[in-house]
Amino acid sequence: MATMTIAKAINEGLRATLTKNPKSLLMGEDIGHLGGVYRVTDGLIKEFGDDRVLDTPLAESGIVGTAIGLALRGYSPVCEIQFDGFVYPAFNQITTQLAKIHARSLGKLTVPVVIRIPYGGGIGSIEHHSESPEALFAHTAGLRIISPSNAHDAYWMIQKAVECKDPVIFFEPKRRYWLKGDVDVESPGLSEDPFKAHVVREGTDATIVAYGPLVPVALAAANAATEDGRSVEVIDLRSISPLDFDTVEASVKKTGRLIVAHEAPTFGGIGGEIAARISERAFLHLEAPVIRVGGFHMPYPVAKVEEDYLPDIDKILEALDRSLAY
Amino acid sequence: MGSTQLPPGTEESLAATTALAAAPGEATDMVQLLGPDGTLGSDPIFSDYAKRIDPEKLRVFYTDMAKIRRFDQESTALQRQGELALWVPLTGQEAAQIGSGHASQPQDYIFPTYREHGVALVRNVDLAELLKQFRGVSNGGWDPRENNFHLYTLVLAAQTLHAVGYAMGVQRDQKAAAASDSTDPKAAVMAYFGDGASSEGDVHESMVFAASYNAPVVFFCQNNHWAISVPTEVQTKVPLSNRAKGYGFPGIRVDGNDVIAVHAVTEWALEHAREGRGPVLIEAYTYRVGAHTTADDPTKYRESAEEAAWREKDPLDRLEKYLRAEGLADDAFFDQVKADGDELAKYVRSTTHGLEVPDIRQAFASVYAEQHPLIAEELAWFEEYSAGFESDQEASN
Ligand SMILES: Cc1ncc(C[n+]2csc(CCOP(=O)(O)OP(=O)(O)O)c2C)c(N)n1
Repeated sequence: MATMTIAKAINEGLRATLTKNPKSLLMGEDIGHLGGVYRVTDGLIKEFGDDRVLDTPLAESGIVGTAIGLALRGYSPVCEIQFDGFVYPAFNQITTQLAKIHARSLGKLTVPVVIRIPYGGGIGSIEHHSESPEALFAHTAGLRIISPSNAHDAYWMIQKAVECKDPVIFFEPKRRYWLKGDVDVESPGLSEDPFKAHVVREGTDATIVAYGPLVPVALAAANAATEDGRSVEVIDLRSISPLDFDTVEASVKKTGRLIVAHEAPTFGGIGGEIAARISERAFLHLEAPVIRVGGFHMPYPVAKVEEDYLPDIDKILEALDRSLAY
Repeated sequence: MGSTQLPPGTEESLAATTALAAAPGEATDMVQLLGPDGTLGSDPIFSDYAKRIDPEKLRVFYTDMAKIRRFDQESTALQRQGELALWVPLTGQEAAQIGSGHASQPQDYIFPTYREHGVALVRNVDLAELLKQFRGVSNGGWDPRENNFHLYTLVLAAQTLHAVGYAMGVQRDQKAAAASDSTDPKAAVMAYFGDGASSEGDVHESMVFAASYNAPVVFFCQNNHWAISVPTEVQTKVPLSNRAKGYGFPGIRVDGNDVIAVHAVTEWALEHAREGRGPVLIEAYTYRVGAHTTADDPTKYRESAEEAAWREKDPLDRLEKYLRAEGLADDAFFDQVKADGDELAKYVRSTTHGLEVPDIRQAFASVYAEQHPLIAEELAWFEEYSAGFESDQEASN
């Protein structure tokens, strides 16, 4: 057992991958000598050389497009997109090519590309550095989308993402990069399957579902609710596509109430999908409509007002009150 | 480009062959060996490559060009008869495709766009499989690894990046093979795209990556003068081959209707790439004689005189003139080519009718490589839904 930050855990996970899989390689802007703008790839170029850790030209479509070619040749590329808001130049390659090549070839070709994207707000940054575009990718069949919320998961999930034969988008909760946690480097435990949700806190009165950066917020809200005598269950989804509805459904059947929290705008977001599915699967068990807590329908606001935008403990507690009032 | 990257003398000659033309439409600077009148000229570098082409190979070039033109006519007819949803004709571009395709070796990997039926033929792709996409029974149709000929890509230019990435992989494999004294033949990658696609950012990014990593890739641009209704002049103010200089690798403009020159230039370029000297851009200067696709009407945007002028430069006619003048082929040969073409057309027609419509379950099966619960759930729903119809039917029987 070792204690490390999420950033360090991903770094160690990548190190383990580069060591055990000679066909794996990292590519992205500034990921070599600088170690990435968040230093997630720090030191890896020294250890593995610039053949395995590539400081690429500054071109997102180029990074993903060449990674696809490398994957077609039998390599396992892990791309870093410097920031969430800069993935759009690669959107075409990800959605029209990466996601579809396996289907287009009727399964004859696989493109095991991993795309790491630091995402989400709360770091007081400027435009295009705080977005949550996961729903845009989740809507595209052929991609898998996961997001760890703690160091242990970060360490194992990145390795499992590279092992997966499908393309995986790995959303890294950038404001939690420095969150420390215990990592069992010997055994993945529940992290063996990165596409399953975890119940991280048991409860009986209501369920809160969150992923990535909002898991600690959801846990804090659940803890605060105990002061009012409420027992709240918290689920860390971990995987956004596929989405582990079974775990959510089982929880809702127990608690009868569901709150979904994410940073991305509520409209057209993953929360709506969860609400719809759970209404269908557990209609007779629901004591209240599923309530979503998320961002507003606006471009991510300027840093000085992002606190009003981001889901926080109070917004989740307000949703919980509304749910319990039914 | 560094002088170490080119054989002695090549660089100067290439500089001459890629000089800036007055306008893209008036190139006077391209490599040409076999002129429209069927006489063979010479070139300081590429004549040596042309000499490698023996008479039998020339007859194969002619046969393949005639075959693919016949296939093109048949496919156009099939589309007109409602058997294909769309057809993308290649008439006029046979020399560019057959010449370049034959310059590749089996270990090379080819990334086409969607009009490279001639290259597919050379790479031994079953032409009936090629039609699956156009008949709406598949988004691919063949196993790309069998002949190292990738699936068609409909999003313009996307495949140029895949080609460079693949070439980067080849480069790594070759490095590993060299370290282990392997005797595997060296390979290169070829990416085909059009003059319209050359404006897409992905082409630019692919050239930046190719240059940065010295990737063994040959960019083969067929400048057929039109991107649907938009002329090349809107895509570029300089000959496309000149752009290569800006990225730092050689660019060559070749007469795309001259199968001998195309073969020679492509062979040079592929050797250059295989030997680790980096990428090359070839611009095959040619013409799309017919419509862009069967959904297009070229009379709306171009003069028939332009088309007629290009018909004068027909790639098949000029090779026929040469073969006859040199006594390398006679009437019997050309009659046989025609008969073989008709045979191919018959085969294509009958196999098209027989192309199997897939079960949608096949689509469920290939979205992901690994087990995915949402797919399982939706498939289960579909099975139950379909079974409902069956039991209704049983009940009414
Ligand atoms: C990204 C993208 N934009 C638009 C289209 C629609 N489209 C299909 S072919 C074509 C023209 C292509 O011209 P060119 O690259 O010169 O190739 P050609 O078809 O002439 O061989 C266009 C605009 C497309 N397929 N992909």
